[in-house]
Amino acid sequence: MTTDLAIDVRGLTKTFGKRKAVDNVDIAMPRGQVWGFLGPNGSGKTTTIRMLCGLLRPDAGQGTCLGYDILKQSREIKRQVGYMTQKFSYWEDLTIRENLEFVANLYDIRNKKQVVDQTLEQLGLTTRQKQLAGTLSGGWKQRLALAACTLHNPKMLMLDEPTAGVDPQARRDFWDQIHRLSAQGLTVLVSTHYMDEAERCDQIVYIAYGKLMAQGRVEDIIDQSGLYTFVAEGTGVRELMERLRGKPGADHVAYFGNALHVSGGDLNALKGLIAREQVAGVTWRQARPSLEDVFIHLMDQSVDNTVVA
Amino acid sequence: MFAPLTRILAILIKEFIQMRRDRMTFGMMIMVPVVQLTLFGFAINSDPRHLPTLLYLEDNSAVVRSLAAGLENSTYFDIEGQVSSAKEGTDALQSGKVAFVITVPAGFTRDLLRGDHPQVLIEADASDPSAASNAVGMIQMIVNSALRQDLKGEWAGLAQGPPPVDIVVHRMYNPEGISQYNIVPGLLGVILTMTMIMITSIAMTRETERGNMENLLAMPARPWEVMVGKIVPYIGVGLVQTAIVLLASAYVFGVPFIGSFWLLAFGVALFIIANLAVGFTFSTIARTQMQAMQMTFFFFLPSLLLSGFMFPFRGMPEWAQAIGQIFPLTHFLRIVRSVMLKGADFTAMWPNIWPLLVFIAVATVVAMRRYRSTLD
Repeated sequence: MTTDLAIDVRGLTKTFGKRKAVDNVDIAMPRGQVWGFLGPNGSGKTTTIRMLCGLLRPDAGQGTCLGYDILKQSREIKRQVGYMTQKFSYWEDLTIRENLEFVANLYDIRNKKQVVDQTLEQLGLTTRQKQLAGTLSGGWKQRLALAACTLHNPKMLMLDEPTAGVDPQARRDFWDQIHRLSAQGLTVLVSTHYMDEAERCDQIVYIAYGKLMAQGRVEDIIDQSGLYTFVAEGTGVRELMERLRGKPGADHVAYFGNALHVSGGDLNALKGLIAREQVAGVTWRQARPSLEDVFIHLMDQSVDNTVVA
Repeated sequence: MFAPLTRILAILIKEFIQMRRDRMTFGMMIMVPVVQLTLFGFAINSDPRHLPTLLYLEDNSAVVRSLAAGLENSTYFDIEGQVSSAKEGTDALQSGKVAFVITVPAGFTRDLLRGDHPQVLIEADASDPSAASNAVGMIQMIVNSALRQDLKGEWAGLAQGPPPVDIVVHRMYNPEGISQYNIVPGLLGVILTMTMIMITSIAMTRETERGNMENLLAMPARPWEVMVGKIVPYIGVGLVQTAIVLLASAYVFGVPFIGSFWLLAFGVALFIIANLAVGFTFSTIARTQMQAMQMTFFFFLPSLLLSGFMFPFRGMPEWAQAIGQIFPLTHFLRIVRSVMLKGADFTAMWPNIWPLLVFIAVATVVAMRRYRSTLD
């Protein structure tokens, strides 16, 4: 195993009761990159991240995180990884500053005051440092969480849906921070549901129902999907949606804004269908599939084996 | 007309579903009455019998032996043996090994037969006034009827008229039988049990409930570091409570304090740690603060009833006494009462100190094993 890889795991598996939350997942992620971790709700993203940073013990599989064995060296991993939980998990009855000082003490950081001051400054929290964390809005809570999990100068960040429920401006700011940290050499693994965020990543990993479905650059994933997409625009698209759905050739029909995307793996069948289902006031054009088209396609392909009977 | 009914029914059904899902609450609803019935119905007895008694016999005749047999047959007194000096008897009372020491003085038989109404001394551990009162109340009658069988023939006349023997009762440690002397020191144990277990179990469970625990686990803190860090502040809380109770005990209730302050302080420290370990263990089991509360209550209730705080410990059947021995409160009550009221020393208290140490060791091991450093 080379140390060029920040994450190098094979066959990662975790079962809860009868349900395989993560099933035989391999990830090889180079240092210094920003990777997006995508997949539907309950697909095993959080479980995978927790296994990578030593919070859960995999049932099977092995590998390293930052060169440390994920089974045996979770303490070393915890020291060098900053993990941001999906739900805000700092202390709501402490102020921003108190939270950061607590974290600084746990990691036994030298010149604590200076580091805390600097982190507050960088993330624009200085003026709010005496505010109780519980009274912050969603966006500010995310900033505090990011500040806290980067305080100990980790080599890697694992962010579990950091921008869920955050407004667009705060989301942009948050991603600017991620890119700033990445530029300083940090490796970042971030799970998200937003396609625009996925497109800002160097690579993405797509996982559904515990299984890894696709991995690579956004462009490559689209190219390799073998999907063709046609876009219908105009006043009659609503009517068209019902007519196309479920017809042979149209694997997926979905709205994007006020346009209808019809995608399928068989170009000729798709073209034939569109030729038959012409509606007045609708114009058709072929387009490159978007990442979302590809994901919906991947999701439909995967089998939901996680349903509890 | 029927709309409110439908809605009430909807809420009712939802409530039942949730009740069924919350196993712990459901268990509490069933177990609390069962435990209460068992304890109040079978364990608690306000007329304690079979109280351990030592004899100090300076005179040993057939009459004295039948007197001893009469005491034993009354079922109030269990004769555990004889002592060879008055001090030995006092020590046994002080350490709480026995409830009574009965002294038959030299020349008893001679004086009895002469009709001089000799004295018999009964020293009772009255630190818990209710525990000793019935037996003390009965002793004159028991002695009279025991002697009646021996006083026949030429001495039959002695059995008539005034009692042939003069019983002298010494209520030791609490001569006036003031119940506050017993209850106020005991309250210290009750208050500490309640608050220490509740505060720790809730404080820990709160972190799990709010999601802080995942964060704490993702940072480099070892389980024992978390445990010590979380428990120490509450030791301070416990000491403040102790100070309040002791000050009130001395200046409001006028309870005497004749033993060693430092021995009591040592006992209090052990007791606080034992309770905190229980609280910590509960927090590793409970998933919500509500469950932590319920578990606290479920531990507290039998502690209160079986420890000897509310009802005399020796009044309970042996199985209940055996269960009572498990609770730290039982041993702490004996320590705090003996040290404050009887001036007991470390050696006398050792039989109650080691069970606390064992309890702490076991509870800590369980807590550490249950506390996981992963989310599994």
